[in-house]
Amino acid sequence: MEIKVVKRVLDANDTMAEKNREGFKRAGVFVLNVMSSPGSGKTTLLQKTLSRVMPDIRCAVIVGDICTTHDADRLAESGAPVVQINTEQFGGDCHLAAHVVWKAAENFDLKDLDLLVVENVGNLVCPAEFDIGENARVVALSVTEGEDKPVKYPLMFRQCHAALLSKTDLLPHIEYDRAAAIGYIHQVHPGMPVFEVSARTGEGMDAWIAWLTERIQAARSA
Amino acid sequence: MHEMGIALQIIDIATSAIPAGAPAGCVRQVNIKVGKLSAVVPESLRFCFDIASRETALAGARLEIEEIPVTARCNGCGKHWSVTEPVFSCPACGCGDIRLLSGRELDVTSIEVTD
Repeated sequence: MEIKVVKRVLDANDTMAEKNREGFKRAGVFVLNVMSSPGSGKTTLLQKTLSRVMPDIRCAVIVGDICTTHDADRLAESGAPVVQINTEQFGGDCHLAAHVVWKAAENFDLKDLDLLVVENVGNLVCPAEFDIGENARVVALSVTEGEDKPVKYPLMFRQCHAALLSKTDLLPHIEYDRAAAIGYIHQVHPGMPVFEVSARTGEGMDAWIAWLTERIQAARSA
Repeated sequence: MHEMGIALQIIDIATSAIPAGAPAGCVRQVNIKVGKLSAVVPESLRFCFDIASRETALAGARLEIEEIPVTARCNGCGKHWSVTEPVFSCPACGCGDIRLLSGRELDVTSIEVTD
């Protein structure tokens, strides 16, 4: 005998993500989910982003890693409150799930924040599948990775609202076809904004900061 | 990569669908749909399901996975096609404004129990 079920496996996460979204909206905080593979320069990019937007925009950060507090320590130097999630205690998870993000967010007074950055676990696969109730998702791709990563991990690049092509200061020293990389991003996600940035030199950061602040303001007045 | 977590969720959902009073070991099969764009590898999901279900009400049940192809429709010209390569623009008019119709599924559809 066949018994019909028809239930989304990630239903529990989706329901929690929807609750997060309502909670974040009530507090008036914009949530940015930052994803990438390990070593793409997410933390440095975020350090520079925070130093550019603070204190006008009141920020806090949630950092996900399987273990260590290295990234949290680096981000705390910005002066923004930081909470580290070590997924080790959740079975070494390869992504941040909605309930884990909410538990971490409870450490902040959300009403006093404009921007909550979630630095997800370095991984181009799983975080794409887990809604955390964010307002925007961005993916960082460094020029030391293969140009074709977007087509190898299409779900991640389709799910994001913008891509950051990072470490562009290295371009003169390596063989990298940036046009091909951007082409692959647009093959998977036509029209997605791509910001070519170097956190080290600051090149390209203006356009990225402008995009982000515009979104924060738009969400506030919505 | 998170197949074990997914397997545990499937076990939860399928277990709660078992009719009250049904005998132990009555679930023969759990049917699920997995979209080709979902971040799940069927073989490793089946492997995790077999291990994780061992000492549960689903012990011995088979996980039947139906893989769902990625299909899309162009919002510009209305063309409907099957996305077999990671190219997400309309093959007819080149428009990038498209809607995915299928391929993101990760659903438990039914369980099969012995009569």
